[in-house]
Amino acid sequence: MTTRYNADFEKMMALQFAIVELNLFLDTHPDDEQALQDYNRLVEQFESERRKYTEKHGPLVNFGFGKSRFPWQWINAPWPWDM
Amino acid sequence: MFLYQKMLQFPVQVESTNPALAQLILEQFGGADGELAASMRYLTQRYYMPLPEAKALLTDIGTEELNHWEMIATIVWKLVEHAPIEKIKASPYVAHFVDHGRNPFPHNAAGVPFTATYFNAKSDPVADLHENMAAEQKARATYEHLLQVSNDHGVNQTLSFLREREVVHFQRFGEMLDRVQDYMYSKRRCY
Repeated sequence: MTTRYNADFEKMMALQFAIVELNLFLDTHPDDEQALQDYNRLVEQFESERRKYTEKHGPLVNFGFGKSRFPWQWINAPWPWDM
Repeated sequence: MFLYQKMLQFPVQVESTNPALAQLILEQFGGADGELAASMRYLTQRYYMPLPEAKALLTDIGTEELNHWEMIATIVWKLVEHAPIEKIKASPYVAHFVDHGRNPFPHNAAGVPFTATYFNAKSDPVADLHENMAAEQKARATYEHLLQVSNDHGVNQTLSFLREREVVHFQRFGEMLDRVQDYMYSKRRCY
């Protein structure tokens, strides 16, 4: 089975999860400054992990959120259900 | 616009092929309290919400639920992808197989196809937020039933994660209900 699960990918997943959790919390607590600071700090880390991933494998997100080398890398396996 | 990110929220790994378990897990793919109903419910209810934070919360949880829908499909796919046909023939998944092969399809564990009657949008924020809180509790109960019938450790890790998300969403919808009710009272409208 092909896999892209590795320490880097799992770090990115963990950051994304923490960001989702803070995002939902901020929706009902928009004035919580501590949560907002955590959110911004994790977004910075996530962005840097996503850039590293994109340089290696091509876009993580479609429609303009990452450049591709030639040939078009977006179509590359594995897709999440095949990992 | 919705964007696609090539990443699940939590890893999906299964121990062994198991078409019988796949059939049961389809409950959360196309059942009344499943992830598709959840996502469509929240994304559909956004338009008339009186508070911007309610529009944001429904957008965000509705989007997260679509990822959960994909995680459920991934569990089902991995349970049947390499399942030998003899194992499929000896399981309740065989009824799914004759129509859809190994591809997942939104129906419940008993094979009843998905329908939009599983959710509603009433243009009434208090009614809808209550529906959402009930839906999260029902989805949690379904995950607990699935955890009682599954012996696959990998599957159970993902199911436990998804169960916890239902608890968090219930909490957030409860907080939003408070905010919406405060707003309604401030407008001197009683509910």
